[in-house]
Amino acid sequence: MTPTAGQTIGPFFGFALPFPRDTELVPPGTPGAIRLHGRVLDGHGDPVPDALLELWQADPAGQVVRRQGSLRRDGYTFTGWGRAATDRDGHYAFSTLLPGAPFFAVTVFARGLLNRLFTRAYLPGASDGFLEGVDVDRRSTLLTTEDETGLVFDVHLQGDRETVFLSYPRHQS
Amino acid sequence: MTAVPSTDPAPASQAEVTAEIEAIASSYVETPDATETQPRLDYSPYRSSLLRHPTKALQQADPEGVELWAPVFGERDLDPLEADLTIQRTGEPVGERMIVTGRVLDGDGRPVRHQLVEIWQANAAGRYVHQRDQHPAPLDPNFPGMGRCLTDADGVYRFTTIKPGPYPWRNHRNAWRPAHIHFSLFGTEFTQRMVTQMYFPGDPLFPLDPIYQSVVDPAARARLVATYDHEVTEPEWCTGYRWDIVLTGPHRTVVEEDTLS
Repeated sequence: MTPTAGQTIGPFFGFALPFPRDTELVPPGTPGAIRLHGRVLDGHGDPVPDALLELWQADPAGQVVRRQGSLRRDGYTFTGWGRAATDRDGHYAFSTLLPGAPFFAVTVFARGLLNRLFTRAYLPGASDGFLEGVDVDRRSTLLTTEDETGLVFDVHLQGDRETVFLSYPRHQS
Repeated sequence: MTAVPSTDPAPASQAEVTAEIEAIASSYVETPDATETQPRLDYSPYRSSLLRHPTKALQQADPEGVELWAPVFGERDLDPLEADLTIQRTGEPVGERMIVTGRVLDGDGRPVRHQLVEIWQANAAGRYVHQRDQHPAPLDPNFPGMGRCLTDADGVYRFTTIKPGPYPWRNHRNAWRPAHIHFSLFGTEFTQRMVTQMYFPGDPLFPLDPIYQSVVDPAARARLVATYDHEVTEPEWCTGYRWDIVLTGPHRTVVEEDTLS
Protein backbone atom coordinates (compact mmCIF):
# COMPACT_ATOMS: atom_id res chain seq x y z
CA MET A 1 0.00 0.00 0.00
CA THR A 2 1.12 3.56 -0.64
CA PRO A 3 2.07 5.40 2.54
CA THR A 4 0.19 8.55 3.46
CA ALA A 5 2.20 11.75 3.06
CA GLY A 6 3.64 13.43 6.12
CA GLN A 7 3.13 17.12 6.82
CA THR A 8 4.89 19.63 9.06
CA ILE A 9 4.11 19.56 12.77
CA GLY A 10 3.46 23.32 12.41
CA PRO A 11 3.87 26.00 15.08
CA PHE A 12 1.01 25.07 17.39
CA PHE A 13 1.80 21.59 18.74
CA GLY A 14 2.94 23.06 22.05
CA PHE A 15 -0.47 22.84 23.72
CA ALA A 16 -1.09 19.29 22.51
CA LEU A 17 1.96 17.04 22.31
CA PRO A 18 4.07 17.91 25.36
CA PHE A 19 2.87 16.30 28.60
CA PRO A 20 4.03 16.37 32.23
CA ARG A 21 7.50 14.80 32.68
CA ASP A 22 7.66 13.98 28.96
CA THR A 23 11.45 14.50 28.99
CA GLU A 24 12.02 12.35 32.08
CA LEU A 25 12.62 8.75 31.04
CA VAL A 26 13.90 8.62 34.60
CA PRO A 27 13.48 11.35 37.22
CA PRO A 28 16.58 13.57 37.46
CA GLY A 29 18.74 12.43 40.34
CA THR A 30 17.96 8.74 39.83
CA PRO A 31 21.16 6.68 40.28
CA GLY A 32 22.77 6.45 36.85
CA ALA A 33 20.64 9.25 35.39
CA ILE A 34 22.29 11.39 32.75
CA ARG A 35 21.15 14.45 30.89
CA LEU A 36 21.04 14.05 27.10
CA HIS A 37 20.68 17.55 25.75
CA GLY A 38 21.56 19.89 22.94
CA ARG A 39 20.22 22.44 20.53
CA VAL A 40 18.33 22.33 17.28
CA LEU A 41 19.77 24.84 14.78
CA ASP A 42 18.82 26.04 11.31
CA GLY A 43 20.94 26.67 8.22
CA HIS A 44 22.16 30.00 9.62
CA GLY A 45 23.07 28.42 12.95
CA ASP A 46 20.11 30.13 14.60
CA PRO A 47 18.14 28.24 17.26
CA VAL A 48 14.90 26.51 16.26
CA PRO A 49 12.54 27.29 19.14
CA ASP A 50 9.62 25.30 17.77
CA ALA A 51 11.11 21.84 17.26
CA LEU A 52 10.10 18.61 18.96
CA LEU A 53 12.45 15.69 19.52
CA GLU A 54 11.50 12.16 20.44
CA LEU A 55 13.91 9.71 22.02
CA TRP A 56 13.60 5.92 21.82
CA GLN A 57 16.24 3.73 23.34
CA ALA A 58 17.20 0.36 24.81
CA ASP A 59 17.49 -0.03 28.57
CA PRO A 60 20.92 -0.19 30.27
CA ALA A 61 21.02 -3.97 29.67
CA GLY A 62 20.53 -3.40 25.95
CA GLN A 63 16.96 -4.72 25.93
CA VAL A 64 14.14 -3.11 23.95
CA VAL A 65 11.56 -2.02 26.53
CA ARG A 66 7.96 -3.14 25.97
CA ARG A 67 6.18 -1.28 28.77
CA GLN A 68 3.38 1.27 28.66
CA GLY A 69 3.32 4.31 30.93
CA SER A 70 5.26 6.93 28.95
CA LEU A 71 2.37 9.42 28.93
CA ARG A 72 1.67 9.05 32.65
CA ARG A 73 5.02 8.62 34.31
CA ASP A 74 4.94 6.83 37.66
CA GLY A 75 8.58 7.71 38.36
CA TYR A 76 9.62 4.05 38.50
CA THR A 77 8.81 2.43 35.15
CA PHE A 78 11.48 2.89 32.49
CA THR A 79 9.64 2.90 29.14
CA GLY A 80 12.57 3.88 26.90
CA TRP A 81 10.64 6.68 25.21
CA GLY A 82 10.39 10.42 25.75
CA ARG A 83 9.53 13.68 24.05
CA ALA A 84 11.13 17.13 24.37
CA ALA A 85 10.10 20.46 22.85
CA THR A 86 12.87 23.00 22.32
CA ASP A 87 12.90 26.25 24.28
CA ARG A 88 13.51 29.78 23.01
CA ASP A 89 17.21 29.00 22.59
CA GLY A 90 16.47 25.87 20.60
CA HIS A 91 17.58 23.80 23.58
CA TYR A 92 16.11 20.45 24.63
CA ALA A 93 17.02 18.07 27.44
CA PHE A 94 16.10 14.53 28.45
CA SER A 95 16.83 12.82 31.76
CA THR A 96 17.56 9.20 30.99
CA LEU A 97 19.84 6.19 31.45
CA LEU A 98 22.70 5.14 29.20
CA PRO A 99 21.44 2.51 26.76
CA GLY A 100 23.20 -0.84 26.60
CA ALA A 101 23.37 -0.27 22.84
CA PRO A 102 25.51 1.98 20.64
CA PHE A 103 22.91 4.67 19.97
CA PHE A 104 19.72 6.49 20.92
CA ALA A 105 17.12 6.62 18.11
CA VAL A 106 15.91 10.19 17.57
CA THR A 107 13.00 11.66 15.60
CA VAL A 108 12.99 15.39 14.75
CA PHE A 109 9.92 17.51 14.01
CA ALA A 110 9.74 21.29 13.56
CA ARG A 111 7.74 24.11 12.09
CA GLY A 112 9.25 24.63 8.65
CA LEU A 113 10.26 20.98 8.40
CA LEU A 114 7.75 19.37 6.05
CA ASN A 115 8.31 15.78 7.17
CA ARG A 116 9.89 14.11 10.18
CA LEU A 117 13.58 13.28 10.18
CA PHE A 118 15.24 10.26 11.75
CA THR A 119 18.74 10.17 13.14
CA ARG A 120 20.91 8.33 15.67
CA ALA A 121 22.76 9.80 18.63
CA TYR A 122 25.70 7.48 19.19
CA LEU A 123 27.50 7.15 22.51
CA PRO A 124 30.97 8.73 22.59
CA GLY A 125 33.54 6.46 20.95
CA ALA A 126 30.89 4.12 19.52
CA SER A 127 31.52 2.49 16.18
CA ASP A 128 29.52 0.14 13.99
CA GLY A 129 29.02 -0.75 10.38
CA PHE A 130 26.58 2.08 9.77
CA LEU A 131 28.86 4.75 11.21
CA GLU A 132 31.79 3.43 9.23
CA GLY A 133 29.68 3.83 6.08
CA VAL A 134 29.15 7.55 6.74
CA ASP A 135 31.62 10.05 5.24
CA VAL A 136 34.40 10.63 7.74
CA ASP A 137 33.86 14.38 7.76
CA ARG A 138 30.17 14.01 8.66
CA ARG A 139 30.45 11.13 11.15
CA SER A 140 30.87 13.43 14.13
CA THR A 141 27.35 14.82 13.60
CA LEU A 142 26.04 11.45 14.83
CA LEU A 143 28.22 11.25 17.93
CA THR A 144 27.26 12.60 21.33
CA THR A 145 29.96 14.31 23.36
CA GLU A 146 30.36 14.29 27.13
CA ASP A 147 29.84 17.27 29.38
CA GLU A 148 29.59 17.61 33.16
CA THR A 149 25.93 16.53 33.24
CA GLY A 150 25.89 13.79 30.63
CA LEU A 151 25.83 13.83 26.87
CA VAL A 152 25.42 16.59 24.29
CA PHE A 153 23.79 16.08 20.88
CA ASP A 154 23.09 19.06 18.63
CA VAL A 155 20.86 18.77 15.59
CA HIS A 156 21.78 20.92 12.59
CA LEU A 157 18.89 20.87 10.14
CA GLN A 158 21.05 22.44 7.41
CA GLY A 159 24.49 23.93 6.85
CA ASP A 160 28.17 23.00 7.06
CA ARG A 161 27.57 20.81 10.08
CA GLU A 162 24.27 19.39 8.84
CA THR A 163 23.33 16.30 10.84
CA VAL A 164 23.26 13.00 9.00
CA PHE A 165 19.60 12.02 8.72
CA LEU A 166 18.47 8.50 7.93
CA SER A 167 16.26 6.75 5.44
CA TYR A 168 15.21 3.14 5.97
CA PRO A 169 14.73 0.57 3.18
CA ARG A 170 10.94 0.77 3.15
CA HIS A 171 10.75 4.54 3.08
CA GLN A 172 9.76 6.31 -0.15
CA SER A 173 10.42 9.85 -1.27
CA MET B 1 12.06 25.80 -13.92
CA THR B 2 11.60 26.55 -10.24
CA ALA B 3 10.72 30.08 -9.32
CA VAL B 4 13.29 31.81 -7.15
CA PRO B 5 11.89 32.56 -3.69
CA SER B 6 11.79 36.16 -2.61
CA THR B 7 14.31 37.13 0.07
CA ASP B 8 12.87 40.63 0.15
CA PRO B 9 11.49 41.52 3.60
CA ALA B 10 8.26 42.65 1.96
CA PRO B 11 5.98 39.61 1.96
CA ALA B 12 5.14 38.00 -1.36
CA SER B 13 1.64 38.19 -2.71
CA GLN B 14 -0.59 35.16 -3.05
CA ALA B 15 -0.20 35.45 -6.84
CA GLU B 16 3.59 35.20 -6.53
CA VAL B 17 3.42 32.20 -4.21
CA THR B 18 0.81 30.52 -6.38
CA ALA B 19 3.11 31.02 -9.40
CA GLU B 20 5.94 29.31 -7.51
CA ILE B 21 3.62 26.44 -6.54
CA GLU B 22 2.46 26.01 -10.11
CA ALA B 23 6.01 26.12 -11.50
CA ILE B 24 7.06 23.26 -9.22
CA ALA B 25 3.88 21.31 -10.00
CA SER B 26 4.37 21.63 -13.75
CA SER B 27 8.00 20.52 -13.57
CA TYR B 28 6.83 17.41 -11.69
CA VAL B 29 4.25 16.57 -14.36
CA GLU B 30 7.00 16.77 -16.96
CA THR B 31 8.81 13.82 -15.32
CA PRO B 32 6.82 10.75 -16.43
CA ASP B 33 8.26 8.04 -14.14
CA ALA B 34 8.26 9.96 -10.90
CA THR B 35 5.75 9.01 -8.27
CA GLU B 36 6.38 10.84 -5.05
CA THR B 37 4.42 9.91 -1.94
CA GLN B 38 5.85 12.39 0.55
CA PRO B 39 6.21 16.18 0.74
CA ARG B 40 9.35 17.82 -0.62
CA LEU B 41 11.52 18.88 2.30
CA ASP B 42 13.01 21.57 0.06
CA TYR B 43 9.89 23.48 -0.93
CA SER B 44 10.52 27.22 -1.14
CA PRO B 45 6.88 28.41 -1.39
CA TYR B 46 6.73 27.41 2.31
CA ARG B 47 9.14 30.10 3.49
CA SER B 48 9.85 28.58 6.89
CA SER B 49 11.35 25.54 5.16
CA LEU B 50 14.17 27.54 3.51
CA LEU B 51 16.64 27.20 6.39
CA ARG B 52 15.10 24.11 7.94
CA HIS B 53 15.48 21.42 5.30
CA PRO B 54 18.53 19.17 4.96
CA THR B 55 20.45 19.78 1.75
CA LYS B 56 22.37 16.51 1.79
CA ALA B 57 20.93 13.13 0.79
CA LEU B 58 19.46 11.00 3.55
CA GLN B 59 21.81 8.21 4.62
CA GLN B 60 20.44 4.73 3.96
CA ALA B 61 20.32 2.64 7.14
CA ASP B 62 19.16 -0.87 7.91
CA PRO B 63 17.06 -0.60 11.05
CA GLU B 64 18.70 -2.11 14.11
CA GLY B 65 17.79 -2.70 17.75
CA VAL B 66 15.15 -0.28 18.99
CA GLU B 67 14.48 0.95 15.45
CA LEU B 68 12.72 -2.36 14.79
CA TRP B 69 10.25 -1.69 17.61
CA ALA B 70 7.90 1.10 18.60
CA PRO B 71 7.19 2.42 22.08
CA VAL B 72 4.22 0.74 23.76
CA PHE B 73 1.21 2.77 24.87
CA GLY B 74 -1.81 1.37 26.63
CA GLU B 75 -4.78 1.83 28.92
CA ARG B 76 -2.49 3.23 31.58
CA ASP B 77 -1.40 6.09 29.33
CA LEU B 78 -4.73 7.72 28.56
CA ASP B 79 -8.40 7.89 29.39
CA PRO B 80 -10.92 6.79 26.71
CA LEU B 81 -12.70 10.13 27.24
CA GLU B 82 -9.71 11.89 25.70
CA ALA B 83 -11.04 10.77 22.29
CA ASP B 84 -13.98 13.17 22.67
CA LEU B 85 -12.77 16.76 22.23
CA THR B 86 -16.26 18.14 22.89
CA ILE B 87 -16.50 17.09 26.55
CA GLN B 88 -13.23 18.41 27.95
CA ARG B 89 -14.88 21.41 29.65
CA THR B 90 -18.20 22.11 31.30
CA GLY B 91 -20.07 23.40 28.24
CA GLU B 92 -20.59 22.47 24.60
CA PRO B 93 -18.05 23.91 22.18
CA VAL B 94 -19.30 26.09 19.32
CA GLY B 95 -19.21 24.72 15.79
CA GLU B 96 -20.08 21.75 13.63
CA ARG B 97 -19.82 18.61 15.76
CA MET B 98 -18.35 15.69 13.85
CA ILE B 99 -16.86 12.24 14.16
CA VAL B 100 -13.54 11.50 12.48
CA THR B 101 -12.72 7.82 12.20
CA GLY B 102 -10.60 5.51 10.10
CA ARG B 103 -7.96 2.83 10.21
CA VAL B 104 -4.21 2.99 10.75
CA LEU B 105 -2.54 0.42 8.47
CA ASP B 106 1.07 -0.46 7.83
CA GLY B 107 2.59 -0.50 4.36
CA ASP B 108 1.65 -4.17 4.01
CA GLY B 109 -2.00 -3.39 4.74
CA ARG B 110 -2.04 -4.81 8.25
CA PRO B 111 -3.92 -2.93 10.97
CA VAL B 112 -1.77 -1.17 13.56
CA ARG B 113 -3.41 -2.39 16.75
CA HIS B 114 -3.63 -0.74 20.17
CA GLN B 115 -1.34 2.10 19.19
CA LEU B 116 -1.43 5.78 20.09
CA VAL B 117 -3.07 8.42 17.85
CA GLU B 118 -2.84 12.08 18.88
CA ILE B 119 -4.67 14.99 17.23
CA TRP B 120 -4.72 18.77 17.64
CA GLN B 121 -6.57 21.49 15.79
CA ALA B 122 -7.99 25.01 15.67
CA ASN B 123 -11.51 25.69 16.91
CA ALA B 124 -14.50 26.46 14.67
CA ALA B 125 -13.33 30.07 14.33
CA GLY B 126 -9.85 29.07 13.20
CA ARG B 127 -8.08 29.83 16.50
CA TYR B 128 -5.65 27.57 18.36
CA VAL B 129 -5.32 27.42 22.13
CA HIS B 130 -1.69 28.49 21.83
CA GLN B 131 -0.07 31.71 23.03
CA ARG B 132 1.69 32.18 19.70
CA ASP B 133 -1.59 32.17 17.77
CA GLN B 134 -2.26 35.88 17.22
CA HIS B 135 -5.28 35.45 14.94
CA PRO B 136 -7.95 37.81 16.31
CA ALA B 137 -10.68 35.17 16.25
CA PRO B 138 -12.45 34.08 19.44
CA LEU B 139 -11.09 31.37 21.69
CA ASP B 140 -13.70 28.84 22.77
CA PRO B 141 -13.47 28.14 26.50
CA ASN B 142 -15.13 24.79 25.86
CA PHE B 143 -12.72 23.61 23.19
CA PRO B 144 -9.08 22.92 24.07
CA GLY B 145 -8.58 21.26 20.67
CA MET B 146 -6.43 18.24 21.46
CA GLY B 147 -7.28 14.56 21.85
CA ARG B 148 -5.74 11.11 22.00
CA CYS B 149 -6.89 7.55 21.61
CA LEU B 150 -5.63 4.03 21.05
CA THR B 151 -6.52 2.14 17.89
CA ASP B 152 -8.62 -0.97 18.45
CA ALA B 153 -7.89 -4.56 17.36
CA ASP B 154 -8.77 -3.61 13.74
CA GLY B 155 -6.54 -0.54 13.76
CA VAL B 156 -9.57 1.77 14.01
CA TYR B 157 -9.31 5.19 15.67
CA ARG B 158 -12.32 7.39 16.39
CA PHE B 159 -12.58 10.98 17.62
CA THR B 160 -15.54 13.24 18.30
CA THR B 161 -14.64 16.86 17.69
CA ILE B 162 -15.63 20.16 16.06
CA LYS B 163 -14.89 21.00 12.44
CA PRO B 164 -11.91 23.39 12.52
CA GLY B 165 -11.99 26.71 10.68
CA PRO B 166 -9.40 28.00 8.20
CA TYR B 167 -6.96 30.54 9.59
CA PRO B 168 -4.49 33.19 8.38
CA TRP B 169 -0.74 32.82 8.72
CA ARG B 170 2.27 34.90 7.73
CA ASN B 171 3.92 32.86 4.99
CA HIS B 172 2.94 35.58 2.52
CA ARG B 173 0.38 38.36 2.33
CA ASN B 174 -3.19 37.14 2.80
CA ALA B 175 -2.06 33.54 3.36
CA TRP B 176 -4.75 31.19 4.72
CA ARG B 177 -4.45 27.55 5.71
CA PRO B 178 -7.20 25.19 4.59
CA ALA B 179 -9.07 23.68 7.53
CA HIS B 180 -7.13 20.70 8.88
CA ILE B 181 -6.55 18.42 11.84
CA HIS B 182 -3.00 17.49 12.84
CA PHE B 183 -2.41 13.74 13.37
CA SER B 184 0.52 12.09 15.17
CA LEU B 185 0.96 8.35 14.53
CA PHE B 186 3.08 5.46 15.68
CA GLY B 187 3.40 2.05 14.03
CA THR B 188 4.91 -1.21 15.20
CA GLU B 189 8.40 0.13 14.40
CA PHE B 190 10.27 3.34 15.12
CA THR B 191 10.81 3.72 11.35
CA GLN B 192 7.03 4.23 10.84
CA ARG B 193 6.67 7.29 13.06
CA MET B 194 4.86 10.12 11.30
CA VAL B 195 3.02 13.41 11.77
CA THR B 196 0.61 14.65 9.12
CA GLN B 197 -2.53 16.74 8.54
CA MET B 198 -6.02 15.68 7.51
CA TYR B 199 -8.01 18.01 5.24
CA PHE B 200 -11.68 18.34 4.27
CA PRO B 201 -13.14 17.65 0.83
CA GLY B 202 -13.47 20.51 -1.64
CA ASP B 203 -11.57 23.16 0.31
CA PRO B 204 -11.15 26.22 -1.95
CA LEU B 205 -7.81 27.03 -0.28
CA PHE B 206 -6.07 23.86 -1.54
CA PRO B 207 -4.44 25.40 -4.64
CA LEU B 208 -3.18 28.36 -2.59
CA ASP B 209 -1.59 26.51 0.33
CA PRO B 210 2.15 25.77 0.15
CA ILE B 211 2.03 23.18 2.94
CA TYR B 212 -0.65 21.08 1.25
CA GLN B 213 1.01 21.62 -2.15
CA SER B 214 4.43 20.54 -0.82
CA VAL B 215 3.14 17.07 -1.62
CA VAL B 216 3.58 17.56 -5.35
CA ASP B 217 2.03 14.30 -6.53
CA PRO B 218 -1.72 14.94 -6.97
CA ALA B 219 -2.75 11.42 -5.91
CA ALA B 220 -0.56 11.60 -2.80
CA ARG B 221 -2.09 14.99 -1.98
CA ALA B 222 -5.61 13.64 -2.43
CA ARG B 223 -4.87 10.91 0.13
CA LEU B 224 -4.64 13.65 2.79
CA VAL B 225 -8.31 14.56 2.27
CA ALA B 226 -10.98 12.84 4.37
CA THR B 227 -14.22 11.55 2.87
CA TYR B 228 -17.65 12.58 4.09
CA ASP B 229 -19.36 9.34 5.17
CA HIS B 230 -23.07 9.32 5.88
CA GLU B 231 -22.69 5.94 7.59
CA VAL B 232 -20.54 7.67 10.19
CA THR B 233 -22.93 10.61 10.52
CA GLU B 234 -25.30 10.18 13.50
CA PRO B 235 -28.96 11.31 13.33
CA GLU B 236 -29.79 14.46 15.29
CA TRP B 237 -26.21 14.58 16.54
CA CYS B 238 -23.23 15.09 14.21
CA THR B 239 -21.68 14.63 10.78
CA GLY B 240 -19.07 11.97 10.03
CA TYR B 241 -15.79 11.82 8.13
CA ARG B 242 -13.61 8.86 7.32
CA TRP B 243 -9.84 8.97 6.82
CA ASP B 244 -7.49 5.98 6.66
CA ILE B 245 -3.76 6.39 7.24
CA VAL B 246 -1.09 4.11 5.78
CA LEU B 247 2.33 4.05 7.44
CA THR B 248 5.51 2.89 5.75
CA GLY B 249 6.22 -0.82 5.52
CA PRO B 250 7.64 -2.74 8.47
CA HIS B 251 11.12 -4.31 8.28
CA ARG B 252 10.40 -6.93 10.91
CA THR B 253 7.77 -9.67 10.81
CA VAL B 254 4.83 -8.47 12.86
CA VAL B 255 4.48 -10.75 15.88
CA GLU B 256 1.78 -11.48 18.44
CA GLU B 257 3.53 -9.17 20.87
CA ASP B 258 2.74 -6.21 18.61
CA THR B 259 -0.96 -6.69 19.24
CA LEU B 260 -0.69 -6.70 23.03
CA SER B 261 -1.57 -3.59 24.87
